[in-house]
Amino acid sequence: MRVALFITCVNDTLFPGTGKAVVSLLRRLGCDVDFPAAQTCCGQMHVNTGYRDEGVRLARHFTEVFAGYDAIVAPSGSCAAMVREQYPKLVQPGSRGAAAVAEVAPKVYDLSEFLLDVLKIDDVGAYFPHRVTYHPTCHSLRSLHLGERPTRLLRNVRGLELIPLGGADECCGFGGTFAVKNPAVSAAMCADKVRNVLDTGAEVLCAADNSCLMHIGGTMKRQRTGVRIMHLAEILAATEER
Amino acid sequence: MSGTFLGMPGGFPANAAVAVQDSQLRYNLRKATHTIRGKRVKAVEELPDWMELRAAGKAIKDHTLRHLDRYLLQMEEAVTRAGGTVHWARDAAEANRIVTDLVKATGEREVVKVKSMATQEIGLNEHLAAEGITAYETDLAELIVQLGEDFPSHFLVPAIHRNRSEIREIFLGKMAEWGRPAPPDLTDDPPALADAARLHLRERFLASKVAVSGGNFMIAETGTLVVLESEGNGRMCLTLPETLISVVGIEKLLPTWRDLEVFLQLLPRSSTAERMNPYTSTWTGSAEGQDFHLVLLDNGRTGVLADEVGRQALRCIRCSACLNVCPVYERTGGHAYGSVYPGPIGAILTPLLRGFDTELDASLPYASSLCGACFDACPVAIDIPEVLVDLRAKVPHGRVERAGMKVAGWVLNNEVRLAKAQRLATRFRKLVPKRLPGPLSAWTDTRDLPDIPEESFRDWWERTRRSERSGRPRNEGGRGVSEER
Ligand code: SF4
Repeated sequence: MRVALFITCVNDTLFPGTGKAVVSLLRRLGCDVDFPAAQTCCGQMHVNTGYRDEGVRLARHFTEVFAGYDAIVAPSGSCAAMVREQYPKLVQPGSRGAAAVAEVAPKVYDLSEFLLDVLKIDDVGAYFPHRVTYHPTCHSLRSLHLGERPTRLLRNVRGLELIPLGGADECCGFGGTFAVKNPAVSAAMCADKVRNVLDTGAEVLCAADNSCLMHIGGTMKRQRTGVRIMHLAEILAATEER
Repeated sequence: MSGTFLGMPGGFPANAAVAVQDSQLRYNLRKATHTIRGKRVKAVEELPDWMELRAAGKAIKDHTLRHLDRYLLQMEEAVTRAGGTVHWARDAAEANRIVTDLVKATGEREVVKVKSMATQEIGLNEHLAAEGITAYETDLAELIVQLGEDFPSHFLVPAIHRNRSEIREIFLGKMAEWGRPAPPDLTDDPPALADAARLHLRERFLASKVAVSGGNFMIAETGTLVVLESEGNGRMCLTLPETLISVVGIEKLLPTWRDLEVFLQLLPRSSTAERMNPYTSTWTGSAEGQDFHLVLLDNGRTGVLADEVGRQALRCIRCSACLNVCPVYERTGGHAYGSVYPGPIGAILTPLLRGFDTELDASLPYASSLCGACFDACPVAIDIPEVLVDLRAKVPHGRVERAGMKVAGWVLNNEVRLAKAQRLATRFRKLVPKRLPGPLSAWTDTRDLPDIPEESFRDWWERTRRSERSGRPRNEGGRGVSEER
């Protein structure tokens, strides 16, 4: 099976640790992963902000870069949802690149889907002795329908205490450019999310999307809460040796 | 649409920024929306075939909208046959004129009203007032809004932004101006408040000769109108007065009574979380001896019908489930949307109906984090996020933003340019200020920026791969490099 890592532009630029964690995790599980260097961005920001033409260009680029792989793994529920759920609508059937979209888009998986549905592994042998709470970001929840997958993986991490998050299915208020276009509402939504996180008493807030974590984490840091943010991949990559 | 809300300056973000500061409003809204949210989920989970019902509701509406021309004529014919009169109104002005003329022809100066979104959309009450005719709202929450000289902020509970002590103040202060005063010893006990409203309204029902209503559904095969309500005020308005004028959007049609069955399940469970609607009134033409007039309202709807993505908004049955689950609505309330249609459906329907001419209307498609909760809750499966994103592609964009997005698109469409930009950011990482300038300050006002790493992922990969001895070529799956474009 030929597996490619789609790092996503945000992770590539701001959270390389997440990408390194995916690589080391998948290797530990006996799966060699390739990184097609020509990859850039899925185009979600452009499409969701109303710049469809740029989005279509990025979608075509994506499908060219990732053609031929059996599985494409992304450590981002939102970007995986963009490719798998939005591309087929964005690149209209019959238009240039539509065939490539139909070929590539269904092979894109969020990390937890890849682990559970493709590799059929629910215990990755991780060790992380901390109190963790999990925020199931909107697109993971309602576009990809990840359901219990991430928490199943977390429950099997040795030493980890998973504390349920109140109001977990409520949006954190990130929403891409929404955070800048409607800052007051975005901040109000995040304030409630942060309060729910603090109520858990967890040391670490985990999610499958660094964009939401950047927003919640940035707010928690400003408030000096001391709660750390970690991508699911980073927790799953942690072992007793490291 | 009506001028009622148009006086508000600034776009949605400005309205919302004011609303989120109102802690009383936030508390009222949070309490109300969270209560109804939980109840709705229970009412929906009770039905094992909910998803099938939802699909049926969507299919019936889509079919009707596809053949709207035919069903509208069938409706007109059936109403006429049953002794009613059908009027066609292209826009708000025409509808208002028709209703005003009809009321004037009766010689009356007062009308009672059944809660109706369509008449709010066209600003009927204000128009009638200008013509010397007083319209009395009879739905409890609409009464509160009318007495408080306020705007509705929710479909189902228009006074959701008010709590009971505020309502007591309004009743004590204002009821006397409109009719029977509130008892001076009125408390803020809900039964006492309801009692005061009942006494106040009952006099009005018995005295009024003309009623104005909307309609939840119209059944084309028999020319029947259907109104769902839960207080019984509607039943009084629809049956007591001698003349009944109903203003109904053309998208409210259903072909047959069998189709209605689906919606009588979908609507109550989604809106009030009830298994069955308390008062469902149906009437056909002038069968009960009333003089009946139906005003079929377009007011932008045929334009929406022509919009391939947006037309699904016409399936809306105004259940308000999307409002109740919306995290944005929960923090801002309905007024920030500047329209009778607030919340997620308002964010698409308002610009679809009236375009992007005002700053407010142009900002509505962005009044969402695209979290998708509305789509999940909608009983007729309107993909609100899809329509929002489509509208965002159509709304005119600001110059600065357009330029920024163009540059971002140019950088992101090529890995060499992206890598260069990343290295630039890495090189100057220590120089990034804690507070960003310009529009980006909206981020750093409440959040810290993430630290820019010493090395991007792609550079790390490149560096570590080079030092690996593995002779296997990389990137064998896809094209190694992208062409300039
Ligand atoms: S859009 Fe759907 S959920 Fe919202 S009010 Fe209309 S029918 Fe109800």
